[in-house]
Amino acid sequence: MTAAVKEPSMLLQKEMIAGNYEAITSAPETGRKVSSTFVPGNLNELLMCFGIVNNLPEINAIQNGMRRLSGDYIMEAEKGGHSEDVCTYVKADIGMMGRGNIAPNGKPFPDPDVLLLSYTGCYTFMKWFELLRAEYKCPTLMLHVPYTGDGHVTPNMIDYVVKQLKEVIIPGLEEVSGVKFDIDRLREILALSAKAEDDLVWCLESGKHKPSPIDAYFGGVYYIGPIFTAFRGTQEAVDYYTALRREVQARLDAGQGPTTPDGSVLTDQKYRLVVEGPPNWTSFREFWQMFVDEGAVVVASSYTKVGGMYDLGFRHDPADPLRSLAEYCLGCYTNRNLPSRVDILAQYVEDYQADGLLVNSIKSCNSFSAGQLMIMREVERRTGKPGAFIETDLVDPRYFSPANVKNRLESYFQMIDQKRRGANKAA
Amino acid sequence: MRCFIGIDLGSTTTKAVVMDETCRVMGRGITNSRSNYDTAAAVAKQEALIDTRLTLFRNSLSAFPSLAGKVDDILADIERNFRHVQYLEKLEDLEATCLENTGVPRLADVRATANEVIATVFARLRADSGELFAPGVARKSDFFRDLAGAGFMHAAEAACKDAGLSFDLILNVYDKSIIAVENREPTATMESTFLRALEKSGAAGGGPEVAQVLKDTLAVPLEESYVVGTGYGRVRLPFPKEHIRSEILCHGLGAHMMFPGTRTVLDIGGQDTKGIQVDPNGIVENFQMNDRCAAGCGRYLGYIADEMSMGLHELGPMALKATKQVRINSTCTVFAGAELRNRLALGEKREDILAGLHRAIILRAISILSRAGGVQDEFTFTGGVAKNGAAVKELRALIKENYGDVTINIDPDSIYTGALGGATFAVRAVTQ
Repeated sequence: MTAAVKEPSMLLQKEMIAGNYEAITSAPETGRKVSSTFVPGNLNELLMCFGIVNNLPEINAIQNGMRRLSGDYIMEAEKGGHSEDVCTYVKADIGMMGRGNIAPNGKPFPDPDVLLLSYTGCYTFMKWFELLRAEYKCPTLMLHVPYTGDGHVTPNMIDYVVKQLKEVIIPGLEEVSGVKFDIDRLREILALSAKAEDDLVWCLESGKHKPSPIDAYFGGVYYIGPIFTAFRGTQEAVDYYTALRREVQARLDAGQGPTTPDGSVLTDQKYRLVVEGPPNWTSFREFWQMFVDEGAVVVASSYTKVGGMYDLGFRHDPADPLRSLAEYCLGCYTNRNLPSRVDILAQYVEDYQADGLLVNSIKSCNSFSAGQLMIMREVERRTGKPGAFIETDLVDPRYFSPANVKNRLESYFQMIDQKRRGANKAA
Repeated sequence: MRCFIGIDLGSTTTKAVVMDETCRVMGRGITNSRSNYDTAAAVAKQEALIDTRLTLFRNSLSAFPSLAGKVDDILADIERNFRHVQYLEKLEDLEATCLENTGVPRLADVRATANEVIATVFARLRADSGELFAPGVARKSDFFRDLAGAGFMHAAEAACKDAGLSFDLILNVYDKSIIAVENREPTATMESTFLRALEKSGAAGGGPEVAQVLKDTLAVPLEESYVVGTGYGRVRLPFPKEHIRSEILCHGLGAHMMFPGTRTVLDIGGQDTKGIQVDPNGIVENFQMNDRCAAGCGRYLGYIADEMSMGLHELGPMALKATKQVRINSTCTVFAGAELRNRLALGEKREDILAGLHRAIILRAISILSRAGGVQDEFTFTGGVAKNGAAVKELRALIKENYGDVTINIDPDSIYTGALGGATFAVRAVTQ
């Protein structure tokens, strides 16, 4: 297979991520403290206040998935007694530790100085950090984030999270880093976050155009890279999103679609889809190509919102820093109840003039998968647009069956065609 | 005549359906899928065109008042003779291939003896073929591989013994040859085979007039107007993209063509189970398939049949004799095999265990159906498993239990559903 062709912004974010790996792996020399934390509800701005480097095990698992290492790591973890049905991000991480904990730059990851569990909407995260704590014997700071079971964030919930930030998280990070917390420093960082968030939203919403200048799922995962990881709140992220915006604007002006892995530009877009659920990482390019071959572009997705639902109006707010961090954690996509997710997805189908909703259900992610079939049916009912359901996994290559996935996708696209023809005839 | 053809390249068998431009089914053909999809598609298509010829013969013969009531017999006779001639032609090819394959240096010492054995065996097969294709004889299989294979084994064992030659050696030559023959696309034109069959057949006993009509009918060109491919092997078809349709759509439309009131379709094929909802025009609205693994599909029964040393077609009838049902929990094919041996060891009766296995398959299908949005009236069951009485019995019971009184349609030709949908797409592509 030839090397995948990438947009300039994708190359830029690759450099940024590589830079972060360098910062993490050189921590023993630079003396910086290292935290492990998760993408949803991450408190990058707060960590920055203490000069702590941010290592994200999920991102490591994704990297290992895309570099085709996760399969071996998962087997390693299974040898250690982890069941076949456990989240494969966890097993890829545990397996990587078993194999020397080598970062993508070839250098060993340093042991974390602190485990910052800032989102409990995924129960597995807690168990994952329990395993890491047993391994590293370092302090764990846990921020309990209540589930928004009634579909909205209440002032009480915010107060509860802020109280924990003040009483547990901030003092804990002060102790680990030896740095005194400075709320004005946090305000400055949050102002940069909000700026980048504005540009990200603009880019993601460009999917409303026809043709769409972006693929909001396969391309989208690159676009969210910096803001969902260690760069939110940095000038680098602001610059990245300015550059991304220019790039997308240029395609819009030229009436062009996104660049695809085989180097073609997907301007002739036959199908516009909204996708729910994370992508498969082990066959990422093959999976994307199945869409490209059929002329399908993803115009909106829920996965590109796991690290913040900025398109619904949320911004980190320098005027009210701690409350805004609390709201951010509470507003994670998977922290929203099923009716809210239905509302969001149905609205996407309408707003982005999509042909329908495609669910990529992940075998080992209950946080996403529970209720997805019901979500699909309800979105179908509300929008009158057909849905489809495919099943793959995050980073376990054994659960990506290309023939079956392709078969279902082709069937879905042909079903959309048939429906269109039927509708034209009726008209 | 303009022919619109649908070809369904399944994992086990390949089916083809020929339609005329009014969507009337003119012919059906089936063959084993082999490892070579191109040949399988060519053979299935040729079989469907042969069947189309027979339909055309039928139409021509129906015009003779003097033949009223005799047409079926005449056609059966023509077909029987056609199959016989076709079998002999293939035997000829197989024999020549076997003789070629004894020409390798490894067999130089025994070549002469081996060739004699082969000549003896094929002479025997030709001699026996009359009986095999005699009127009223039920053949165990319609596939050449099965018929020739059974006859060959029988005759070769004796011939090798007489000649003092190793049976394994001849078997080896045969295995190599049958694969080559099976993977060769048909070369003989169907028309020449039919002419030989008509000459051989006494059916044209209707007199020279009838014989002439049959010859004239044979001269009608069968023009391939549009071919649509479907099934797992569809990507292998040398067709442009617009000639390829997903089997979900083809099954949905095929079921609609068989039973226009169909709203829900269940198809249990060799390696997948599909639950499909269609609208009143046969357009697919929703579908679900087995995920990640093929547990509970047709192959499951094939595996169980092997485990019990039974023929696939014998499973259903035996399960129907059950007086109770042994509960089988596992939908995993391999585990079900283990459960089966365990139950046998515990003294359970084979028929009772088989009844449980059939229920396990249908329970899995019911779960896929519920994921696809449940069962709506009318409900059409298709695929190879729809021919299994025990599976149908379980399905009827579970549908009634879960969805109440629903019309359940099963067409005896349901194995052709995908190809039928494909042929309908072919007609639509040209006429709409």
